[in-house]
Amino acid sequence: MSRLDDYRRVAGPGAVDFILRLAEQVQGRRFLHVTGGRLGGATEMVRAAVPILSDLGLDTRWEVTGGDSAYYATARTLQAALEGAERVLSEEGLARWGDMNRLNAKKIDLDADVIHVHDGQPASLVADRTAGRWVWRCSFDCAGAQAGTWSYFRQLVDQYDAAVFALPGFEARLAVPMYVIAPSIDPLSERNRELGPREIGEILGPLGVGRDKPLLVQIGPFTRAHDPLGVVNAYRIVKRHHDVRLVLAGIGDGEPERPELLSQLLEAAHEDPDLVVLELPSEAHRQINALQRAATIVLQKSVRAAFDLWPAEAMWKGKPVVGGYAGGLAQQIIPDVTGHTVHSVEGAAFCIRHLLNNPELIARMGAAGREHVRRSFLITRHLVDELALVVHLTR
Amino acid sequence: MAPRAAARPFTFTGCVELRQTLDVHALDERELGHRLQEVPAESIFFHTFGYFLRHRPVTTAYGNDFARWAALELGDRALTERLAIVDPFAFPAVDALREHLVTIVQDHLRGRDESRRVEFYRAFHFQRSHLIEVPIGLTATSLAEFRAGLASVDASSIYLHVVETRARSERSAGDFAEWLRSSLDLPALAERFDRLDPYLTTLERVRGRLLGLLDEALEAERA
Repeated sequence: MSRLDDYRRVAGPGAVDFILRLAEQVQGRRFLHVTGGRLGGATEMVRAAVPILSDLGLDTRWEVTGGDSAYYATARTLQAALEGAERVLSEEGLARWGDMNRLNAKKIDLDADVIHVHDGQPASLVADRTAGRWVWRCSFDCAGAQAGTWSYFRQLVDQYDAAVFALPGFEARLAVPMYVIAPSIDPLSERNRELGPREIGEILGPLGVGRDKPLLVQIGPFTRAHDPLGVVNAYRIVKRHHDVRLVLAGIGDGEPERPELLSQLLEAAHEDPDLVVLELPSEAHRQINALQRAATIVLQKSVRAAFDLWPAEAMWKGKPVVGGYAGGLAQQIIPDVTGHTVHSVEGAAFCIRHLLNNPELIARMGAAGREHVRRSFLITRHLVDELALVVHLTR
Repeated sequence: MAPRAAARPFTFTGCVELRQTLDVHALDERELGHRLQEVPAESIFFHTFGYFLRHRPVTTAYGNDFARWAALELGDRALTERLAIVDPFAFPAVDALREHLVTIVQDHLRGRDESRRVEFYRAFHFQRSHLIEVPIGLTATSLAEFRAGLASVDASSIYLHVVETRARSERSAGDFAEWLRSSLDLPALAERFDRLDPYLTTLERVRGRLLGLLDEALEAERA
């Protein structure tokens, strides 16, 4: 577990002292984060932020809601519909979900000055609100939520004092103030900490990833939104001119499209020894870290995206990123400075070739990317925004 | 010459902006023109003066968020150029700035039947911000102390004292110049501070120029 002082060596000059000064304005306040589990969604941020906020002398707790299988099933369906997928929610299921959250409200100590409730699963806790300021935290893009689902869900969110979204444009209609706080990466976590060349080699060896040629790496779920087949096609165009290796590391396992895409990717890999397809669990932080550090160029050719932070992770490791123009990718990649944003397979291939033919750009963009992340996407910037939010809400 | 002591100390304050999205969006130039007329003045402020706080030296300088959007999302070079040259400091009030921006967009659209429409995720999303001031525990009672403080403060402090207070209060002088004039009785130096142009540059460059002016003044004080 990292302490605030540990970030002095990675954050910008004065960043930690600025946080200490800002935290003075909310000393004595009590904060509570409630999530629907301890993995995925907003939990990485909560996991990193809670101990640091406690380190700042702020009474900060993290609680998780739970229930029976019907509760989780409805919560998953609700979440998918809020993210825009076509789903059918039964009145009975929603009633059960609400009842279970009423039980959760009785079990969890909700007494705090600011209560942050993250995403869909625990959202109806607000029906049992008493004191404090309640904030609904949305880590996904709900601008395209199913209309019927949003009409139902909005009645809950309008009972909060405020909502927070990762990007402007990710919001749906609400009557409460909607703030914007971009997510961040923790530079001291297992996913992002420094790794030496030997350690990288020890990790990549068992994965079957050789380092004898330039590596192109894309990490992300095997879904059409992340376009792994488009990445393979871009790689094939590049491969005609450069002897490179492509590593596609698929994380997550619940996506319905995954088996079909994986089968196509494995078939392509079967014909090409330089195309490596890996399946990694989401918590394979060390392996993901090593792959990003070993990469020559990191790809994130998503065609639809929320605010996935893979580009920020790669840039922090000094890598140029060739990414799609979607969701938070366009916010993270500064075109021609830290990488390129592209709209097609051909665009991705062109940018990769351009970088491989001009290797000095790889180093220059990598360095610019690291500084960009240091200023805008480290947890220290995130903590400043979080503290600004609670200062604003409690004054 | 003995260093002057200030009649009252200068207290450096940093700031952080909490961004608020207004759920108001423009998908083409025409909508941009309409929304510019409707949004609160704080939003116009955020997308023009606030640009100085967010702008980083590694990115292309567009001068304000509207010009940046016209360039990156609409690909409309003429509109980009016309919006980028708008210097927010040249207007006595935010509403005058708003009128000027609306006039530019309307004039640009005159004679055009269509304007290019972008998908929602590329829309201009209007925002505003709430500024939280952060006392950073640094004060100055002399020119030398002021120079030392200015050299070390967070860049947001330069934004707050040079850009924000001047723009919000519609004063001609920023906090630094005001203090030099009223507490150190240095009107000539204050005048030079006020003449410094923060438009199309970065806060770090503004810091460097102010430090240069202070070094000259300190040299003169020592002579």
